[in-house]
Amino acid sequence: MPTFRFTVNGQARTVDTEPDRPLLEVLREDLQLTGTKYGCGEGQCRACTVLLDGRPIASCVTPIRTAQGGKIVTIEGLASGAALHPVQQAFIDEGAMQCGYCTAGMVLRTAALLEQRPKPTDAEILEALDGSLCRCCGYPRILAAVHRAAVQSPAARKEASSATK
Amino acid sequence: MLPNDPREPERFELREGPLYTFEVDRRDFFLTLGAGLLVTVYATEAGAQTVAARLHLGDDGITTVFSGKVEEGQGARTEIAMAAAEELGVPLSKVRVQLADTDRTPNDGLTAGSRTTPGTIPAVRQAAAAARKALRQPSEWTILGKPQWHLTAREIATGEHKYPSDVTREGMLYGAVLRPPAYGATLESIDLDPANKLDFVTAVRDGDFAGCAARTSYAARKALETLTASARWKTTPQSSTPTLFEDLRAKAKQRVEPLAGKTHAAEFRTAYVQHAPMEPRAAVAEWSAGKLTVWTGTSNPFSVRDSLAQAFHLSTSQVRVIVPDFGGGFGGKHTGEAALEAARLAKAAGKPVKVRWTRAEEFMWAYFRPAALIDASARLNAQGIIESWQFINYNSGTAALQTPYRIPTRQEQYIPCDAPLRQGSYRALASTANNFAREAFMDELAAAAGQDPLDFRLAHLHHPRIRAVLTAATERFGWARRRKEKRAPNHGIGLACGTEKNSVVAACVEVEVDPKTGAPRLLEIVEAFECGVLLNPANTRSQVEGCILMGLGAALREQIEFENGRLKNGRFSAYKVTRLRDVPPKLDVILLDGTEEPSAGAGETPILAVAPAMANAIFDATAKRVRALPLRAV
Repeated sequence: MPTFRFTVNGQARTVDTEPDRPLLEVLREDLQLTGTKYGCGEGQCRACTVLLDGRPIASCVTPIRTAQGGKIVTIEGLASGAALHPVQQAFIDEGAMQCGYCTAGMVLRTAALLEQRPKPTDAEILEALDGSLCRCCGYPRILAAVHRAAVQSPAARKEASSATK
Repeated sequence: MLPNDPREPERFELREGPLYTFEVDRRDFFLTLGAGLLVTVYATEAGAQTVAARLHLGDDGITTVFSGKVEEGQGARTEIAMAAAEELGVPLSKVRVQLADTDRTPNDGLTAGSRTTPGTIPAVRQAAAAARKALRQPSEWTILGKPQWHLTAREIATGEHKYPSDVTREGMLYGAVLRPPAYGATLESIDLDPANKLDFVTAVRDGDFAGCAARTSYAARKALETLTASARWKTTPQSSTPTLFEDLRAKAKQRVEPLAGKTHAAEFRTAYVQHAPMEPRAAVAEWSAGKLTVWTGTSNPFSVRDSLAQAFHLSTSQVRVIVPDFGGGFGGKHTGEAALEAARLAKAAGKPVKVRWTRAEEFMWAYFRPAALIDASARLNAQGIIESWQFINYNSGTAALQTPYRIPTRQEQYIPCDAPLRQGSYRALASTANNFAREAFMDELAAAAGQDPLDFRLAHLHHPRIRAVLTAATERFGWARRRKEKRAPNHGIGLACGTEKNSVVAACVEVEVDPKTGAPRLLEIVEAFECGVLLNPANTRSQVEGCILMGLGAALREQIEFENGRLKNGRFSAYKVTRLRDVPPKLDVILLDGTEEPSAGAGETPILAVAPAMANAIFDATAKRVRALPLRAV
């Protein structure tokens, strides 16, 4: 079986596996990183979001071969030690979770958005998080968390941004 | 849970004052908990004593609450911790909550029917108060009644929390289960050899069950493909969406005489919808020394334990079911399918096995919120008063079947049907259908009487709590003023109210209707809700918002379509649940603190008002009556 090399949360990883296995399953089953969730298997709910070279992707429809040589960040790698990423902290402070199964995907897509657009408009938030499903329908709290993260000090964000790259 | 079971899921109730028992030597608990005091509150039901709550007060200052309830996002864990901390007079950080482990927690029955707040919380408070020898009054509360987000928020935000589908065991395999191609199909033959010849694959058939386990989900899917290729099925003709409601009427178990002297009648329909929790059904099963342990996401841990014991010819003491906080249920996880499947595969493979349903499996083989066909008719007199009322629900159930309005002569009945799909509980059960039909029909009667919808309701409404939420919602919304104002083209306003599970709700909405498609868009909602004394206002508000928006999905689009027993739209790309773009620009929740009432649950009743309020607003906008969910002005 072919070998794939990439980094996950800053750590070099090597996996021998079938090239068309979804990245999601390699993360969860081979690397025991279960923070990334299966939701639909068709890239339609975004629970499985991870960052690949800084961009949010649906790992359930991303074959592992696509990750060759890439830099992957999962929800487990977003905090720097004990210090949470400002988006994680905002989700906690705003109570932006009920069952929490969608939270990893929501947090990562928000973190990626704020990297690109530090002060997003409402339309940009809708665009960036469109298709991230929360079946508990905690959307009002999630929106509040995105806004809270967006107004936090640039210094806090700058410090955190190293984690998403 | 039986389909069409009209009974509310309710397993215990504190009908008498609880008895306090102090146990100082419970070996199984002290093994893991260390020294301390164990407090158990018993409830007596039908002459039998059941454990209602159990607290361990550790010598290390940590109190552990044991409850058989589950956490699926509704906030039970945090609320239970708050109740114990409040009564013990200790900070929240000194309380741990052990939920839903059949070997360690008392049997609290099913987590459903908004029963945790009125049932479990008083028992936990009693147990904690017994330790302190005094029960605090709400006016003395310092923890309960204050906003508190989930205690597990940090674990969730960092990905550390282990959901049932995240549980991993040493040497664990991944399972895949062969599904029939359609409802009613039975397995005639299958060849397991191609799968069993694959490396590290175990395939098994046992009656109608067939599946396989492999070292990765990918390998399990590949093995499953060989099973699918060789499986021969016997199929029978099945129902299809276009004839669903005619079929329900034809298959009704009883005929009803029409209401004598009726002046108005209407038929209402609500579609089959799927709960579609973000985490599909999942279980990890492990056999060890004749004992079976299963980690799974279910609202009914003890019932799943009993099912496993029955299926594998074990005693219940040989089965342990552990329920990690799981990814949503909404009434859709009262069963234990994945637990049984994982256990069967693990038995065959001799290793622990995880089964996590695919989204397609969850859409098709989990049970549905039943479709409803409702006949409503009434006799309205010349003074605009409803004299008699007939309301017949076919297929969906009894919840909120009875009108809260004062009407002298009433006939309200639920009639079961032979249902074409597997159906069961849903958030707020049949009240979603019954309240939709009733509140939409009340609006029709108000118009027929030439009255304002609010005035017409109030004229028939003596229920002080519903009147209070109606008043709160309509005043905040500016109902009286906005009724007199000219609406923008295709814009309309509407209202609805309701009660269920000892809580009350009212909502006012403004919608805009797309003149081409007839589809509504929710622009504004003001919803007032009251559920007695508030235990955790932050969580209650989240539940109310979540209910409104979940109800919005069923009002806008959600509708399971099937053809000859096969699902046509069983995926998120085709079955469109509520998404961020659907959130109305104005969403205003008013929580009335009903200090005169005991605390009731908040995770269900707030779903009742949005759909009928929108139907009524569509009429205001278009003069077209909409009598079906999802809503379309056609």
